[in-house]
Amino acid sequence: MKLVSTLIYKVLFAMEKYTSPEETLTEIRHLMERSSRFISLSGFSGIFSGLYALVGAGAAWYYLNSIANTQGYGEAAGTSDNQSLIFLTIDAALVLVLAVGTGILLTTRKAKKDGNSLLDAAAKKLIINLAIPLVTGGIFCIALIYHGNIFYIAPAMLIFYGLALVHASKYTRDDVRSLGVAEIMLGIISLFIIGYGLLFWAVGFGVLHIAYGAYMYFKYER
Amino acid sequence: MKKLLENFNKAFESRVRLGIMSVLMVNESADFNMLKELLNLSDGNLASHIRALEDVRYITVNKQFIGRKPNTTYSASKEGKKAFYAHLKELETLIKGQGK
Repeated sequence: MKLVSTLIYKVLFAMEKYTSPEETLTEIRHLMERSSRFISLSGFSGIFSGLYALVGAGAAWYYLNSIANTQGYGEAAGTSDNQSLIFLTIDAALVLVLAVGTGILLTTRKAKKDGNSLLDAAAKKLIINLAIPLVTGGIFCIALIYHGNIFYIAPAMLIFYGLALVHASKYTRDDVRSLGVAEIMLGIISLFIIGYGLLFWAVGFGVLHIAYGAYMYFKYER
Repeated sequence: MKKLLENFNKAFESRVRLGIMSVLMVNESADFNMLKELLNLSDGNLASHIRALEDVRYITVNKQFIGRKPNTTYSASKEGKKAFYAHLKELETLIKGQGK
């Protein structure tokens, strides 16, 4: 009798611990992904940063147009007079701070909801790998401003940002890679259609971000 | 069925040990806290599983100092990676067998 009860106990206990091979494989894949990629990036933050970029580009366009009306367009867009440079720099900085700020806020919330810690090893890898091409691009753009080559700023921003995304996509969702490639292509096209930098910038940082954010939201978060 | 299970790796019987190996397969190295957080384990529990993997030489331990703080990281060894792949294959055959 005792033997039977231990047998039953053993069977029950073993059954409780048993996980099917499918479950085991899912668990393995999940652990691999969670430990090497940061996947809590919120889709909404993409939509918001796109909206900020569009508003920022709109403000820049409005400002340059109003100057062009009083001074002539060539003067406003071609020469880097101090006042419009300061306005555009503040405008761009504001877009950047708002976009990054909203991104951090929404991603923190999503990471908490998913039960992942925000700054785990995968997140750090993502940030470092994103930062290297991005900071290089930033310095490159500062040099362009310094030398007065403002026509190349928008293409350079798009290309470096695209390269940063392609490079960092190994440490987050693969879809980021496609966004990066799209930004690079847009940057290359705008290199050859000089004078429409603001328009390309608005498409690359505004429209593409909104489209990508919405796509990510519907694919992973809904 | 018995023949199938024959090839099953004893070291990977535990989900925790399989989990540790999964993390080390895709990361060059991982420290204790990272594993602890990912696998949601207590210190003692994780330490004993790590020791078991260390004993069969599936993982290697690297001890170093960051400033004055000791920092221990773990990596999957060649044998460990081989055993992990074999185990995955075994799981696959098991799934295929179920379908029939």
